[in-house]
Amino acid sequence: MFGYIPMGIAFGILFQNLGYEWYFSPLMGLLVYAGAAQFMALGLLAAQASLLEVAVAIFILNSRHLFFGVSLLDRYRAKGLAKLYLIFGLTDETYSLVTSSHSPDAGDEQQYYLALTAWNHFYWVSGCAIGALIGEAVDFDATGMEFTLTALFVVLLIEQAKKLRQAFPFIVALLSGIFALFFFKEQMLLISIGLTLLLLMAQKSFNGEAL
Amino acid sequence: MRENTYLLAVILVMMVVTFFTRVIPFIALHDKKDHPLLLHLGQYMPPAMMTLLVLYCLKTIDFAHSPYGFNELSALLLTTVIHLWRGHSLLSIFAGTFYYMTSLQLGWFG
Repeated sequence: MFGYIPMGIAFGILFQNLGYEWYFSPLMGLLVYAGAAQFMALGLLAAQASLLEVAVAIFILNSRHLFFGVSLLDRYRAKGLAKLYLIFGLTDETYSLVTSSHSPDAGDEQQYYLALTAWNHFYWVSGCAIGALIGEAVDFDATGMEFTLTALFVVLLIEQAKKLRQAFPFIVALLSGIFALFFFKEQMLLISIGLTLLLLMAQKSFNGEAL
Repeated sequence: MRENTYLLAVILVMMVVTFFTRVIPFIALHDKKDHPLLLHLGQYMPPAMMTLLVLYCLKTIDFAHSPYGFNELSALLLTTVIHLWRGHSLLSIFAGTFYYMTSLQLGWFG
């Protein structure tokens, strides 16, 4: 979970390059609290993207969360505000910690999840602040630092491949992605995700119950 | 200094959309979580999404002109090799990024 500090610093430095005041970086970390989405926002902000464009891009990027929640439905039993906060803080990192770690015992479980979420959040906001302050104080050439996002996705991709050990979904996505890059470059993400979804659903209905 | 209202609006939109995607399964799917199609997509969509997001990041590469995406592709390869070797996410991300920044700023590949 300490990974959030260096990642936050990288985000903060890149954010500072956009020319806003430094405190907007931790503010974004506090209110949005999404690693990949915030890195993606850097590109959108630089391009002065419209709010609709921002909403669509972030929704698509975050759509992987739609599948996170399903496996946590039984684990998150807290009520009210506590539950809202757990859901708000459901980042990739928190998700993998919650699903892979063993909490003390059944009674403390919800407290444990809350603490985990809050500490991750705190590390992330701190990282965003430190990075922005570094970016403001030091004249630092951050050219190429945006590769952090690409590298993050590559790492997540390898982790998925290690877990699944099946080539099928990767090949479907690769082909859909290349197709969309060639024919619908501007709407690449939307088109390729739609296509992948359709192909996976078609595969399911062909294979029927055999899966 | 750029316009702060625009930034604040972007932050608010991101906040709402991100919370929305995180909360949907808890409201909409709680009685359907054993549905076979949902289980199928839940298993195969995340790996597919990661593949698409990597491709998305490479969208702006110009393969027709020098250096033909060599900076990006070599950094991608390096990140992959280091991750398969050590399996430490942070190390892989920062090594790959450091290499990419260096190769770009020093103009190794033109």
